[in-house]
Amino acid sequence: MRLLLGSLFALVVAAVVGLGATYLALTRSAAFGPLTIGSWTAWPKTGTADADPYAQASIARIGQLPTALGDGVAFTAQADENGRLLDGRCNVILSGVTPVARFWTLTLYNVDGQLVANSINRSGFTSQEIVRHADGGFEIEVTPRANPGNWLPTGGVERYILLLRLYDTAVGVSTKAGREVPMPAVKTRSCP
Amino acid sequence: MIRWLLLLFGGALLGGIVHLATIIILPRTATQDAYSRLARSAPVNAVVTLPAPTPESASMPFMDPAFASAVCRYDLSQGPLKFTVPVSLAYTSVSFYTRYDVAYYAINDRAAGRRVIELDLMTAEQHSQMPEDEEITAADRLIVESPTLTGLIAIRALAPEPGLMPMAQNTIVAAKCTRQDEPKTSR
Repeated sequence: MRLLLGSLFALVVAAVVGLGATYLALTRSAAFGPLTIGSWTAWPKTGTADADPYAQASIARIGQLPTALGDGVAFTAQADENGRLLDGRCNVILSGVTPVARFWTLTLYNVDGQLVANSINRSGFTSQEIVRHADGGFEIEVTPRANPGNWLPTGGVERYILLLRLYDTAVGVSTKAGREVPMPAVKTRSCP
Repeated sequence: MIRWLLLLFGGALLGGIVHLATIIILPRTATQDAYSRLARSAPVNAVVTLPAPTPESASMPFMDPAFASAVCRYDLSQGPLKFTVPVSLAYTSVSFYTRYDVAYYAINDRAAGRRVIELDLMTAEQHSQMPEDEEITAADRLIVESPTLTGLIAIRALAPEPGLMPMAQNTIVAAKCTRQDEPKTSR
């Protein structure tokens, strides 16, 4: 009886620890070799044949086709530079410049990776659509209400994710966070 | 007391194995991964254009709305595949994915260096079976080796502005992926 109870206990512990760790790893999209610059994180290695098992499991769970490294690199931002989760009811400002790339696109998704409906049917910008300052820098206002300038509507959703994809870029597996890879700063300016 | 601690320790150790096993098995059993989703609608060895993602529906999550995209779900068991796509004015890329959605190769218009991205897709085995002399004449052909028998080719063309979307779509529509030994269809 004691043996039976004991092994049952061990098995329950194993199931909780094992499945719990798997769940955590997948929901936090854990993978080896993240490249974090400010609020932005990319996993360049996930877009190669060397993608580790964690990256492969995340890809399968989300159901997306990852951006291949020969194509580009996708940077994700879920929070502003103070670690506050991006809120669609707040006014969030992206400002600065991007690393060198032939093209880049910025897209706003909800947490499930779907586009967010809004009044002007805009879900992102490409590098050619942006209005820039004289020095090449830009400012994008991610807000629920219309704004002059580069306005990216949030549709008022509670949480969203920004994806900045650099296409045909030198940023890759060997890139180290530093001055060569400037990413736009993400700041929450005001919240209702 | 020590007995329970030992059992706890043993359970945690077993849990680690369970964790690693589930992570490794997951891509093999997933039913909602990109390949499985596309397998329902995309025929084998043919290019299918994907509808532009909208808030209501998208072929898969995290699609880039600035791109016109298409996929070719390939199966190399009958022989190698020939793939061609003309490059658009802005940016065109072709990415190769295994059956388990791992991107193993990608090429863009600049790397291709021509007006047309043209390549042959085959398994390592089929590559090694290619006759020697053909390899010489094939020197200017790009050969891509697929690690799996089946997989996906994703073709993407950028529309730098929404008004240029028709141009990007025209590029995508002209993409072809066909079996090499199939007689050329006149069109």
